[in-house]
Amino acid sequence: MSEYLVQFNNISKFFGKVIALKDVTMKLKKGEIMCLLGDNGAGKSTLIKTLAGVHKPDEGEIIVEGKKTVFDSPKDALDMGIATVYQDLALVSLMSVTRNFFMGREPMKGPPFLKTFDIEKANKIAAERMGQIGIDVRDPSQAVGTMSGGERQCLAISRAIYFGAKVLVLDEPTSALGVHQASVVLKYIVKAASQGLAVILITHNVHHAYPVGNSFTVLNRGKSLGTYEKKNISREKLLSMMAGGEELNKLEVELEEMNRASNN
Amino acid sequence: MSAKSKSIEEKTDFNQDERLKKVSKLRLLLNRPELGALGGAILVFIFFGIVAGDTGMFSAYGVLNFLDVSANLGIIAIAAAMLMIGGEFDLSIGSMIGFAGICIAIPAIYWGWPLWMSIIFAFSMAVLVGYFNGILVVRTGLPSFIVTLAMLFILRGATLAITRLITGRTQVPGLRVLIENDPIAWIFATDSFKWIFTWLGSMNLIALRTDGTPLATGIPPSVIWFIALAIITTWILMKTRYGNWIFASGGDKNGANNVGVPVGRVKISLFIGTAVAATIFATIQVLDAGSADTMRGTLKELEAIAAAVVGGCLLTGGYGSAIGAAFGALIFGTVSMGIFYTDVDTDWFKVFLGAMMLIAVIFNNYIRRKVTESK
Repeated sequence: MSEYLVQFNNISKFFGKVIALKDVTMKLKKGEIMCLLGDNGAGKSTLIKTLAGVHKPDEGEIIVEGKKTVFDSPKDALDMGIATVYQDLALVSLMSVTRNFFMGREPMKGPPFLKTFDIEKANKIAAERMGQIGIDVRDPSQAVGTMSGGERQCLAISRAIYFGAKVLVLDEPTSALGVHQASVVLKYIVKAASQGLAVILITHNVHHAYPVGNSFTVLNRGKSLGTYEKKNISREKLLSMMAGGEELNKLEVELEEMNRASNN
Repeated sequence: MSAKSKSIEEKTDFNQDERLKKVSKLRLLLNRPELGALGGAILVFIFFGIVAGDTGMFSAYGVLNFLDVSANLGIIAIAAAMLMIGGEFDLSIGSMIGFAGICIAIPAIYWGWPLWMSIIFAFSMAVLVGYFNGILVVRTGLPSFIVTLAMLFILRGATLAITRLITGRTQVPGLRVLIENDPIAWIFATDSFKWIFTWLGSMNLIALRTDGTPLATGIPPSVIWFIALAIITTWILMKTRYGNWIFASGGDKNGANNVGVPVGRVKISLFIGTAVAATIFATIQVLDAGSADTMRGTLKELEAIAAAVVGGCLLTGGYGSAIGAAFGALIFGTVSMGIFYTDVDTDWFKVFLGAMMLIAVIFNNYIRRKVTESK
């Protein structure tokens, strides 16, 4: 058994002539949160889809719990315990919390051929699971549409964990949230990791990533700029490594010059 | 500063936010999609109770009359509602009714098939048409409105053309004699609970004909089908995995797909459902009238959708109820028959139908906003 729960070694993905990903390597231990940082167009989406089994990598290998694996479909990845929570969360806002929680994987009861959806059990589990993360769902039959963005995000993550995720891939879980809501979601992510999950947190927000991450991988134009332990890198360094950092510095200088010019 | 940020930290649990919004029991009830239709049905009965209470509308014969009309519409409205919850429309229901009618009548009359075989043939054709509608919508991703609108014309045209080609006419009479002793036809053609009406008649509790038999002879087959379908579909929606998949497919196709719901299969099965419901409607009517007419069922698809909308279905899918559509059909059936018992000119029925639908859509839209609005 390898010390890593999951390893992605030298993953490359090409679309025709376009090199979407080149030699990206990521290794995660149990309980580790790795933040994948990158500006728009850095290849984050391609990497997510490769992790989720939507794309097959053209080069490189995926090793789950010491065994080399190939994902032929998203279902393969899911069966290996790699669950991806996309930005749209796969939640139906008109449906109840319970019905969303068990969507596609409903608990059943009753004799064969007359099996029914065990709503009572489902309600109980959903309320229990949401309670564990501090979301008090007094009525699990309330529509998801009445929940806040943070609560929805937590519901989607909680659902993935309940259905056996070992590695959570979270696509921009905080991008649409306010400061308060984002902090609740981040807190939950830390909690999930402390229970032994490995988490890949994809974001372009260093301020959200830095407090929770154990290590950071920076993507730029399809290439990894390296993986850094938290103790070896500062928030400012990370920020400037992302393409935006350098440009923002340049912008700052330019603005200063303009200011000086107008003052003169 | 540090003390302040500490207190904010402590509040990060959602419990605090959550407590602010108490959902009353009334709000919960308002969230049920069928509430509007149930309220509407009660209002309609109160209205006719006052206006036409002493006219015979609420005699055994009168009640069965408007129940029969409601039930016929209800059978297709329930299937239309299921499909709408699944996020699609079927505008070919009315044409399917005409098509199913001749699928029964032509083999039975012109080709000498036994009636039961013709009925099975009609249902097989319905499954094919529904499957074709479904696979076309699922595979092409085109709006079902357009695909089934095309099917509306194709089916109606084919019905007319085939019938005239084979029979030289547009009507096929002569089915009544075939019903007797048929092993299947009775399911669509027999009044039930006749003994109750005979007994009520003998006690002089209901109106009698001059020969002493009761005017109302039994519960028509449409009503039995209607009630059975309403119960089964409501059970499916509320209590089964498939029901959850219907809501999911209509609510968010991609989301449902991502968590493993077979959206395509669900939608195709619902299209088969509407075509089969149209065929049940057609079989009952054809056997009752003893003849098939190529124009039967014209505009029924719109009435079915109207009843489903009044019953709380959203046009965007993912929300609604079968029992609501049943109440919607009951409202339309009751008013369309009840209007004869009042002094109001029957021309006004369509005005009522339209107004009712408009009110329902505005009401549903409001409910949807309430259900989906974020805190």
